[in-house]
Amino acid sequence: MMNAAIQSHLAQLQIVKAKVLAALRKGENYELKTELNSEYKERRKEAVRRVIANMTVGKDVSGLFTDVLKNMHTDDLEIKKLIYLYLINYAKTQPDLVILAINTFVKDAEDSNPLIRALAIRTMGCLHVQEVLDYLSDPLRKCLRDSSPYVRKTAVMCVAKVYDLNREVAEENGFVDAVREALGDANTMVVSNAVSALAEMNSMGGRVWQLEPQTVGRLLTAVNECVEWGQIAILEALIEYEPRDEKEAENICERLLPRLQHANGSVVLCTVRLLLRYGRYVKRADLLAQFSKKMVPPLITLLSSEPEIQFVALRNINIILQQRPRLLSKEIRVFFCKYNDPIYVKFEKVDVLVRICSERNADPLLAELKEYAKEVDVDFVECAVRAIGRLAMRFEAAAERAIAVLEELIQMKVDYSLQISVVVLCDILRRYPGKHESAVTTLCDHADHINAPSARAAYLWALGEYSEHVRNVAGLLGAGVDSLLEEEDAVVQLALVNACVKYFLKQPQAAQALVLRALQTASEKCADPDVRDRAYVYWRLLSADPNAARAVVLTEKPPVRPESNSLPEGLLEELIGELGCVSSVIQQPAKQFVYAYGEHAGVPRGGADAAISAADSEAQATSSGNIETAAIEGEPELLISF
Amino acid sequence: MLSAVFIYNQKGEVLISRLYRHDVKRSAADVFRVHVISAVGGVRSPITTLGSTSFFHIRYDNLWLCAVARHNANAALVFEFLYRLLGLGVSYFGRFDEQAVKNNFVLVYELLDEVLDFGYPQNIEVDTLKLYVTTESVRTQGPVEPPQITMQATGAMTWRRQDIFYKKNEAFVDVIESVNLLVSAKGTVLRADVQGQIVMRSFLSGMPECKFGLNDKLVLDQHPASSSTSKPMVAGGSAAVDIADCQFHQCVRLGRFDVDRTISFVPPDGEFELMRYRAADSVNLPFKVLPVVRERGRIVEYEVLIKANFNAKLSATNMVVTVPTPPNATKCHIKVAGPGKAKYHPEQNAMVWRISRLQGQQETSLTAVVDLAAMSKPAPWSRPPISLDFQVLMFTASGLLVRFLKVFEKSNYQSVKWVRYMTKAGSYQIRI
Repeated sequence: MMNAAIQSHLAQLQIVKAKVLAALRKGENYELKTELNSEYKERRKEAVRRVIANMTVGKDVSGLFTDVLKNMHTDDLEIKKLIYLYLINYAKTQPDLVILAINTFVKDAEDSNPLIRALAIRTMGCLHVQEVLDYLSDPLRKCLRDSSPYVRKTAVMCVAKVYDLNREVAEENGFVDAVREALGDANTMVVSNAVSALAEMNSMGGRVWQLEPQTVGRLLTAVNECVEWGQIAILEALIEYEPRDEKEAENICERLLPRLQHANGSVVLCTVRLLLRYGRYVKRADLLAQFSKKMVPPLITLLSSEPEIQFVALRNINIILQQRPRLLSKEIRVFFCKYNDPIYVKFEKVDVLVRICSERNADPLLAELKEYAKEVDVDFVECAVRAIGRLAMRFEAAAERAIAVLEELIQMKVDYSLQISVVVLCDILRRYPGKHESAVTTLCDHADHINAPSARAAYLWALGEYSEHVRNVAGLLGAGVDSLLEEEDAVVQLALVNACVKYFLKQPQAAQALVLRALQTASEKCADPDVRDRAYVYWRLLSADPNAARAVVLTEKPPVRPESNSLPEGLLEELIGELGCVSSVIQQPAKQFVYAYGEHAGVPRGGADAAISAADSEAQATSSGNIETAAIEGEPELLISF
Repeated sequence: MLSAVFIYNQKGEVLISRLYRHDVKRSAADVFRVHVISAVGGVRSPITTLGSTSFFHIRYDNLWLCAVARHNANAALVFEFLYRLLGLGVSYFGRFDEQAVKNNFVLVYELLDEVLDFGYPQNIEVDTLKLYVTTESVRTQGPVEPPQITMQATGAMTWRRQDIFYKKNEAFVDVIESVNLLVSAKGTVLRADVQGQIVMRSFLSGMPECKFGLNDKLVLDQHPASSSTSKPMVAGGSAAVDIADCQFHQCVRLGRFDVDRTISFVPPDGEFELMRYRAADSVNLPFKVLPVVRERGRIVEYEVLIKANFNAKLSATNMVVTVPTPPNATKCHIKVAGPGKAKYHPEQNAMVWRISRLQGQQETSLTAVVDLAAMSKPAPWSRPPISLDFQVLMFTASGLLVRFLKVFEKSNYQSVKWVRYMTKAGSYQIRI
């Protein structure tokens, strides 16, 4: 009774609360509406500011459309800009009402102040409403021929926006032609924006532009004078260009070499990209050698820029090295990690270090990696220890030293580095069969500390494989068999059974009791079917024909080859052509994560859609912390549907 | 190119959201917050790719600056842009933090409108922007006419106004070097290099043509005669310095430099970074550090000796030596013989040794015994490196010298030039 009464009270309270909140919310917009229509200029201005502030935090202020628009006709540039911002955000939701704003736009586009003319044309392009296009054409045509370069550079960009919205309008009105003409503008910023706009329209699938030989010269001159971002646009256009002959290619490269000295890291990377790309056209060996020599110092300098840019540079250096392995072989020390480098920079540095290491400098690098293996970040420690393994796999001469380092790490008894060191150490043993047996002793001495499944499996493998070199192998394996059922991981159980059988085949007398016990326990009491099956197979094999068993179990295994960490040839070539871009950073072909224009024309899908559903289900967020790696591993499509 | 720029506070609340293209919705801001800002396990990459959307972010103070792109965007460009945006904020507001963004959100939107068009970076030169995007709420027609502003915002010299006049024409050149050092526990130098920066403050009238000369080895080798004219102003400075690489401000004519290594330019007004350079050969290390650290059961013994390795007439100031201690340290018994005072800072797990002044060739040393608390599970100590922070005036670790700065202007005025040198610590680390 009481409960029911309380509950109904609570329900009522909820309703009241909702009503009050709704009233309050309505209240704010209502209040703003009054203020926007106030007779005092200052109050109206303050109201516009508040509208924008609400818009920023995500409140819906679209209901105030007409009231905001009333304030549009003003001399106050600040208000004007704010209202334009409002329009950009809400025009799409109210296409009919946008027409109310057109008059002001058209008038502004003829203002005596070039800043206002440009502002009007820039904003109109951003509205993304078909209805506006008819009114935009005339002002845009005028602005494309404006006397002020500031207006022209804005108008040129506006053509790309129009093209995005409606190709026919852009082409029929001659806007696209006007942009092509703008490549010959006296002002370099107009030129570079024209290049950007044309490239943009091409990427929409328009094929509106192909760089002509006669334009190349003009761009090469413009690149010296235009702003850094424009330089990148021009460089990117030249990268796509196919020179007519070798002479022209050489000339382009030589003219652009000075860009390597630019303070902007992305200009430098873009120039490197161009030089690498033109390697297919330029054939003179002395020139190519000169280019290589010139690009090394700037690449190294990028490592002292901001960490994010370092990261991009390192990922790119990694790609470049796959094409030119010897490019940085003298510079190994600049890639040594600083203690306080961000973790993502450290990972990349270690990767590059392993890549450029040669047999000659493996020793100092191993010493360095040992230092990293003592740090506190677990992932980085693993990365460093694995790098030690990779070095040993590559250079046989380094294996002994690498094993010594790993033994040292095991002896330090730091849990996480010990486990991973055991795994890597056993990998090295597998790679060089019949060598470095003495390392197994170290493993046995620290058997009590080896507790991660992968490490235990590796250790047991080593016991079986090198049983003749271990003093108390029966005791160690016996202890394992005793605790066989406590082992949770099937990997460990399998490794133990294998090891016992191997030991038996090598020393039948000493191991008979042990192997019986092991197989019995495994086949009768183990929960895991794979382990039971394996034990049965061994039972039968051993009882039927011990010689056959020997031939199967102790057979010579094919040699382990060092893992190759390289990208496939075709992808490598593609990524070299996209240095600095996202694809080269995540090292995936662009088509795998970027939709072709046609696919998202009209209604954007993919990321934006995912955005909405993800925003709705924030609760799921905690479980998807590894999204980023998933994207890198090559299944971007799947992510769309979460 | 860029589809949107978002600025968040520490908690991930959106302070600024500006969309440039229609392929991204405002809710993309929430995606970034969910997947990056509040991600479990912290941020492991500055680029996050979700489906076909890439998020690029940098952090500054209590802000997150995030750019969004749907294309295969140029990541290097995006990060350069974000840092430039940051610089713009710092220059406009003094401090660029949550409060500044909130107080000036209108201005931030105006700037964002100006620096990107359809997601393509336009002009981000602070000096030019300040002409027409101003902090005064009441906009009166300033001293500069709009047509002239727009000429500058798009002109070949976006960085300089035409009509600058000073009664006294002066130029100040600061050579600032950061020494990076990494020494192994055995005392071998693993890497030593110098990041140099030449900052100029120019107060020159008109459109001055400047020529700038350094004791660059490549230049001096070209003209052996001129090397005799250079004056050895800096201690430890050798005749010529081997510059491994250098980058220049937008205003320097790179073509000229490529041909004959002449640095010629028309400078912006006021302060700017003329060039950055890197030198890795024959670095004069300003300090020798000889550490001995012994772990003996429940105590650790330290002996750290520092020697100032430069001319006795010069001195280092504001030195801070951070000597790491194990996390389970309880008490430190520290003795300093020579200049400086040291104190144990448990929150940093380090002894912090401050030396306000150390004369060239002088030595100072620290001995300490650190008691450790007993631990149930003894974990070895990772022994982080000792790091140094310092400033040495009138000293360049690379040996770089400014040989001349010539100013030519139509009106042929006399100008006064000043040069200062300073070396400071970059990442100066000695492993123990």
